Amino acid sequence: MNYLRQGFVWLNDPLNWTNPGGLLDRLVEHLRISFFAVLLACAVGWPLGVWLGHRGRGGGAVIAVANLTLAIPTLALLTILPLTPLGFGEPPVIVALAVFAVPPLLANAHTGLRSIDPETREAARGMGLSGRQLLWRVELPLAVPYLAAGLRTAAVQVVATTALAAFVNGGGLGEIISAGFGLGINVGGGQIVGGGIVVAFLAIVVEIVLAGFQRLVTPRPLRSVRRRRPSAAAPAG
Amino acid sequence: MSFLSWGSWGSWGSAAVRPLAAPGDGPGNPWFSWQYVHDNADTLRSTLLYHAGLTGRAVILALIVALPLAVVAYWIRPLTGPILALSGFLYTIPSLALLSLIAPIVGTTTDTTVLIALVLYALLVLVRNSLAGLTQVPAEVRDAAAGMGYGRFGRLWHIELPLALPGIVTGLRLATVSTVALVTVGALIGKGGLGELILGGFRNNFYKAEILTGTILCVALALVLDLLLAGVGRLLTPWSRRQAA
Repeated sequence: MNYLRQGFVWLNDPLNWTNPGGLLDRLVEHLRISFFAVLLACAVGWPLGVWLGHRGRGGGAVIAVANLTLAIPTLALLTILPLTPLGFGEPPVIVALAVFAVPPLLANAHTGLRSIDPETREAARGMGLSGRQLLWRVELPLAVPYLAAGLRTAAVQVVATTALAAFVNGGGLGEIISAGFGLGINVGGGQIVGGGIVVAFLAIVVEIVLAGFQRLVTPRPLRSVRRRRPSAAAPAG
Repeated sequence: MSFLSWGSWGSWGSAAVRPLAAPGDGPGNPWFSWQYVHDNADTLRSTLLYHAGLTGRAVILALIVALPLAVVAYWIRPLTGPILALSGFLYTIPSLALLSLIAPIVGTTTDTTVLIALVLYALLVLVRNSLAGLTQVPAEVRDAAAGMGYGRFGRLWHIELPLALPGIVTGLRLATVSTVALVTVGALIGKGGLGELILGGFRNNFYKAEILTGTILCVALALVLDLLLAGVGRLLTPWSRRQAA
């Protein structure tokens, strides 16, 4: 457990937090990149998933997209996108991470709208609701727990993969780890382990916070049924 | 491949390359180049084989650990929750963090660090899908098997595991595809298989052909292994095919 102690010793040094490019700087950077990536993915995934689910189409396409993105390494998009007109810096990193966050959001939105009882739909139609009213007053409120589940999966995954941005010098907490490896394990061991602890801790905190949020927006009667998560997360590849 | 090296190489290569080159970057750094593939065929082949081998070792090891875990979770119901929760927790930990926590103990001279991380990630998918497959076995079938005199292990081996095969194969396919992509993260410690090509190209003055070739090989490897496992699954469960037809 000597190496763990080294990690905590490194974390215990205030300068490692407040230095320029230290943990605090990197943490803010990490959260900013993650936030915009999730925002971008929501802006694409949710409307598309809701629309496809509302129309009752595209189920096969949604699964195909999810499976295909599973096969694409995150590292590949992270290295390819800066070489496109997007340029270097944060934009390509945000876009690359958003691409991998879209499938869980899309799939859960689609599942949420598809899993609504057809009788509910029929009743709403019978009450004279138009297609738009049906979507906004019946389908979307019922799909909220699924949307929240998708958000949780996507956000945890993005926070985890933002660490990989360090491979292309894109910022985030991964920079701490990658700088540690740059020093070599004997010298930078504490920094490597310390950075690893912080990144893992951050992912777990986001997971717990969003799990609480998901529970909050899920109506009480639905909670026990919702034990089965609609779609599992993909590991950060 | 021999006909390609007859001398018409250069002209043919550049003709194929021009339209794919990014505008403004000039023909010097195309996104794809047969010349690159040809010149580095040996490296590409050995990297691809290493990548596939690492994936194979990780998935097989994960299966060896996951199947008994799934059976234990299936037999002893109170353990189902903790086993799934533990593997779910491991899944939440970012790959880079996991690598950085394992590397100082195991070292970076071999690929054991990457292998351990890969096995841990593949574990959740395999345990969850195998368990789903096992719990899907109808109660009547289990009763009938017990009535025919099968013991616990006999029933597992002859009845329950074969019936759970579709679930296990689905898990294997998911685990394999995501493992192939995940191996690239090993580039952090210089054991990333095709990830080395991708990152190497980026560091080598943004050599686009190297990056894209690595990416294409990686995605192709995932798809080929996925199809292969799907085929094996169909061969192993002829009854499901008959049902579908």
